[in-house]
Amino acid sequence: MKLTNREELKKYREEAQKEISARNAEEIRVIVGMGTCGIAAGARDFMTAVLEEVNNRNLQVTVTQTGCIGMCEQEPLVDVQRPGEERVTYGKVKPSDAARIIVGHVMHGNIVEDLVIARFEEV
Amino acid sequence: MQLVRAHVLVCGGKNCTASGSEQVREAFAKELEKKKLDQEIRLVETDCHGFCEMGPLVIVYPEGTFYVRVTAEDVPVIIEEHLVKGRPVDRLLYKAPVKEDEIPKYKELDFYRKQHRVALRNCGSINPEKIEEYIARGGYASLEKAIYDLTPEQVIEETKTSGLRGRGGGGFPTGLKWEFCRRSPGDLKYLICNADEGDPGAFMDRSILEGDPHSLIEGMAIAAYAIGCSEGYIYCRAEYPLAIKRLKIAIAQAEELGLLGDNILGTDFSFTLHIKEGAGAFVCGEETALMASIEGKRGMPRVRPPFPAQKGLWDKPSNINNVETYANVPMIIGKGADWFGSMGTEKSKGTKVFALTGKVNNTGLVEVPMGVTIRDIIFEIGGGIVGGKEYKGVQIGGPSGGCIPASLMDTPVDYESLIEAGAMMGSGGLVVMDETTCMVDLSRFFLNFTQSESCGKCTPCREGTKRMLEILTRICEGEGVPEDIETLERLGRVIKSTALCGLGNTAPNPVLSTLRYFRDEYEAHIYDKRCPAHACSALLVYTIDEEKCSGCGRCARACPAGAITGEKKEPHKIDPEKCIKCGSCIESCKRGAILRL
Repeated sequence: MKLTNREELKKYREEAQKEISARNAEEIRVIVGMGTCGIAAGARDFMTAVLEEVNNRNLQVTVTQTGCIGMCEQEPLVDVQRPGEERVTYGKVKPSDAARIIVGHVMHGNIVEDLVIARFEEV
Repeated sequence: MQLVRAHVLVCGGKNCTASGSEQVREAFAKELEKKKLDQEIRLVETDCHGFCEMGPLVIVYPEGTFYVRVTAEDVPVIIEEHLVKGRPVDRLLYKAPVKEDEIPKYKELDFYRKQHRVALRNCGSINPEKIEEYIARGGYASLEKAIYDLTPEQVIEETKTSGLRGRGGGGFPTGLKWEFCRRSPGDLKYLICNADEGDPGAFMDRSILEGDPHSLIEGMAIAAYAIGCSEGYIYCRAEYPLAIKRLKIAIAQAEELGLLGDNILGTDFSFTLHIKEGAGAFVCGEETALMASIEGKRGMPRVRPPFPAQKGLWDKPSNINNVETYANVPMIIGKGADWFGSMGTEKSKGTKVFALTGKVNNTGLVEVPMGVTIRDIIFEIGGGIVGGKEYKGVQIGGPSGGCIPASLMDTPVDYESLIEAGAMMGSGGLVVMDETTCMVDLSRFFLNFTQSESCGKCTPCREGTKRMLEILTRICEGEGVPEDIETLERLGRVIKSTALCGLGNTAPNPVLSTLRYFRDEYEAHIYDKRCPAHACSALLVYTIDEEKCSGCGRCARACPAGAITGEKKEPHKIDPEKCIKCGSCIESCKRGAILRL
């Protein structure tokens, strides 16, 4: 679909915003940092472990990716966002941590204290 | 009434009983009786506390200590440790799960407190493979504004007013560059993005390409509109496969929505974008070599003038900027030149992204307003030096830049101040060094890099860097002669002023700046045959302190060269002829008897 004037771009933007806020209100999202730095630190293995946990437990969770946020020292980084709650960032996660994050935070809303770095917000 | 000194409350609620509180209570009764404590400590069964998922629960008064998930096996421990010795059992204590508001926000972390993300605005928060996320956050609104509301001249004017300067290192005013190209005669003009980020330790552009490719595409489309280009190239090094993959996805998505290609957003502005993968030559980051490479020729620079704005790609007027420069453009058009100009210093506006690496605690990517000091970047954002070692200096600008010593760490980071200090902004690599880095060795490292990356076209660079490297290698190996320092300085001066392109013009910088600030280290290597940082292995001597050596033989067993000998329980000796200076003996010695001089 080609956008051929300003109004169409505006409409496309509004739809995208609506879709994203609907998504954030309904879905639990796990966002893995998949820049080169994250991947080099093991983000792919972690993502596989997360997907396994999600599938084994038959959870309705969206697992998605983002780029480098800058804290390369703390990679692999992963964010968990539950509807109506703040996006929380965990650092230096290992595949063996996936179960704790999924069961603790994603399923029950308990933040995994020893891995948490910060509440995500625009800087 | 009988006086008791403590109460032990065991939950008898249904859920706790199910998880074993009955057994816990019985164990307490039995154990207290056995220890003859049942007269002074009273056991009480309580109702449900409503905290069943952590049951069985045990509460000890008068302290009110709250134990969770207690089993019968834990009971003797609680009695022995807590009720007899007065020490609560840590592992059973209840720890409240951390609350959301107890977690710091990003802005409250030292790492982000002084950062201001403009070029990196979306990196790490959006999904780079989804254009809808970029658009939902206001993406492509600046392109729309430019092509509908502004003339090309107004876009150039806005960019000039903002004070944006080239982020690839040179710092040339971006708006002016665009104006030159726009005014150049000809219908066909090319727009190029230099994404051949090759400095060791630099990864600013990679992060933008991977994390927010649309910000680059939008910036390039705005520039193309301003200059009058209908075709553009992104020259990206092939060592960035993920960046190339995401760029390709992003370009395809933008084309599908009509944000690239013919008649963008229904106007008569058309712009097509191609990707050209580099083949790994550092010199292709130089603009004329880069253009030769796009044309399919060998990547070698040529003499300027003519500048690319007059005669660039395929001899057509061309504009070339770096990734970070373009990524700033949508923000300038969207929020205005004044907003952009409010950040930074008088002559260096906006922010700059740095890749912080080396001996610093928080390595990573930081974006700060221009004018922030090196101290702020290394000690506040970077969290100081690893292992609490002493900070020695920072190499800024990669192999083209210079080394700024600890004494100048209050230097503000802007184009002019850095040049004055003998370094340069460069693309933004910051390599932090501590006391264990040898400055001669560091110069040798960078010169080794530029020497092997020299294309060989001009003599000063081809021969000069080779000679400089020979001298530096000699000094590091303890073969330096007194004339070497002067020869290095003369060679450096000549190469800087006579080399054909930026690679050669800046290659001597690491040597010249370390000679300026760390001359004593060069002198120690040459005159005393000593490396003050204990880094140049050829100049190190390993010896054993006879007073401290117990003759345990550990070092002799650890030595891979069989250089250590000695009788059992007698001080050992190192044969300097056989010693390969690997340091294994130091690691093996438990008495600190081995010295490295």
